[in-house]
Amino acid sequence: MSELTGLTLKDALAGLKSRRFSAVELAKAHLEAIAAARPLNAYVLETPEKALAMAEASDARLKAGGGGRLEGASLGVKDLFCTEGVRSTAGSRILGEFKPTYESTVTANLWRDGAVMLGKLNMDEFAMGSSNETSAFGPVVSPWRSRGSNRPLTPGGSSGGSAAAVAADLALAATATDTGGSIRQPASFTGTVGIKPTYGRCSRWGIVAFASSLDQAGPLAKTVEDAAILLTSMSGHDPKDSTSLPQEVPDFASFAGRSVKGLRVGVPKEYRAEGMPTEIETLWAQGVAWLKDAGCEVVDVSLPHTKYALPAYYIIAPAEASSNLARYDGMRYGLRVDGPTLFDTYAETRAAGFGEEVRRRVMIGAYVLSAGYYDAYYLKALKVRRRIADDFSSAFEKVDALLTPTAPSAAFGLGDNTADPIAMYLNDVFTVTVNLAGLPGLSLPAGLDAQGLPLGLQLIGRALDEGTLFQLASAIEKAADFRAKPEPWWRASPEAAR
Amino acid sequence: MAIDAATVRKVANLARIRVAEDKVETLAAELSGILTWIEQLNEVDTEGVAPMASTEAVSLPMRDDVVTDGGDPAKVLANAPKSDRGFFVVPKVVE
Repeated sequence: MSELTGLTLKDALAGLKSRRFSAVELAKAHLEAIAAARPLNAYVLETPEKALAMAEASDARLKAGGGGRLEGASLGVKDLFCTEGVRSTAGSRILGEFKPTYESTVTANLWRDGAVMLGKLNMDEFAMGSSNETSAFGPVVSPWRSRGSNRPLTPGGSSGGSAAAVAADLALAATATDTGGSIRQPASFTGTVGIKPTYGRCSRWGIVAFASSLDQAGPLAKTVEDAAILLTSMSGHDPKDSTSLPQEVPDFASFAGRSVKGLRVGVPKEYRAEGMPTEIETLWAQGVAWLKDAGCEVVDVSLPHTKYALPAYYIIAPAEASSNLARYDGMRYGLRVDGPTLFDTYAETRAAGFGEEVRRRVMIGAYVLSAGYYDAYYLKALKVRRRIADDFSSAFEKVDALLTPTAPSAAFGLGDNTADPIAMYLNDVFTVTVNLAGLPGLSLPAGLDAQGLPLGLQLIGRALDEGTLFQLASAIEKAADFRAKPEPWWRASPEAAR
Repeated sequence: MAIDAATVRKVANLARIRVAEDKVETLAAELSGILTWIEQLNEVDTEGVAPMASTEAVSLPMRDDVVTDGGDPAKVLANAPKSDRGFFVVPKVVE
């Protein structure tokens, strides 16, 4: 493997700027690594020609002394982002060979800043899943394995391809999205850093919609500073998304490394799941100790409605999804399965095009929105959502941020949770609260469990206060000194890697 | 709340998803399990709480009512399963 793929985004940008290596060399190194890592199934589409053309253009700009803030950086893109002329599937059969005739705002921002696209990354179908197993392309296999075991593990989901690609050095960083934990849980499972920013920070325009009041884009990266660099480029007001916030975007990377002395951090006592491994409790306590050592004041807080976030989410998200996914009718794009009547054509197309979990959620959504049940389910969930948001507001009167575990376990085996939907949903118990309240949440690796698998800690901040999260995360990152990398078992032979 | 086979058929109909008759019972059991789990929300006192549909306090922005896009049927039709002379071709709608 080339040492170029092992670089952080920050170091790669510095190397490109100083012409130590070219954007083409960097892209080629990544494309070779991707070709040698197909057993991971992280990419659903490799775009080598596009990558090299973009890299050549970057090299020309760098040579002329110009270039944007991501000039020449090799990135992967979750397949939920529409990319002009490049197949975009959302991990679903129903989109078939859909080639958007437009570019999502977030990816357009990356190309504006000079980034290079390596390809499209695997994901749970329509971002509905926590293990990448609902993808029409099959699951991503985590680059991580338990010590002494060959059992395939999940990289988490729904942004499993993005997380696996970053963990296995198949991209310097990647775009991802998070509706209930889809950036942070995969980050926790793969030893990477991910942030779901404040709702409205990143434009949703051109991102295939799942649950519009919860969906947000964000980066997955190797370090806290890398995540900050990428988020700065991804963010910004977009008139094409009416929920995009008309706010200035700070240089998020400037917060990394700033002193955290005097910041008040809350520890919510409700973030303890039944059966949660003691290792996660211990790591959480360790996180508190690190922040205290760095000069933070740590206090106990209570978020009493935490346990109701997940059931509220499983009304709100499916309700929004059933509405959003009504567009897949087989008429204007994607799959069409003809039936004897128009109704049959709709029903056959959607039965054939949607996978099991998507069908399940669309039906739950249709049920909770149907006449006679709307008040009992949907309206009730929206009221509980307010309670959850109010819990956070009260906590943030006393503290600047919250520290919690990211997920209630380390990565589990592929197939372990597929028989029981609720067991799978419980993965998001600590992350989903943040989506309901629209707040920023960041996960970073803090240690390994006894099996040698990464565990993450989550920081939650006030709306629009991602800066404080980067500040605190970089203090934890420094103290944790997490350097573990997965063994590259997926490279069958040294020749295959060249 | 237990969902019976008739409700599954009704919901599948609303969702425009064909469900094979031999899958109805399984689906009824799955959806019942999820909805029963969801019903713990009834423990929460929400008397006088305003429903929260959006996390943003601001009202939706307005813009000038002008055309900003369009006029490109080739782009619109580029991914159509069937199209003909600038139109989508769809199944017969009116009997």
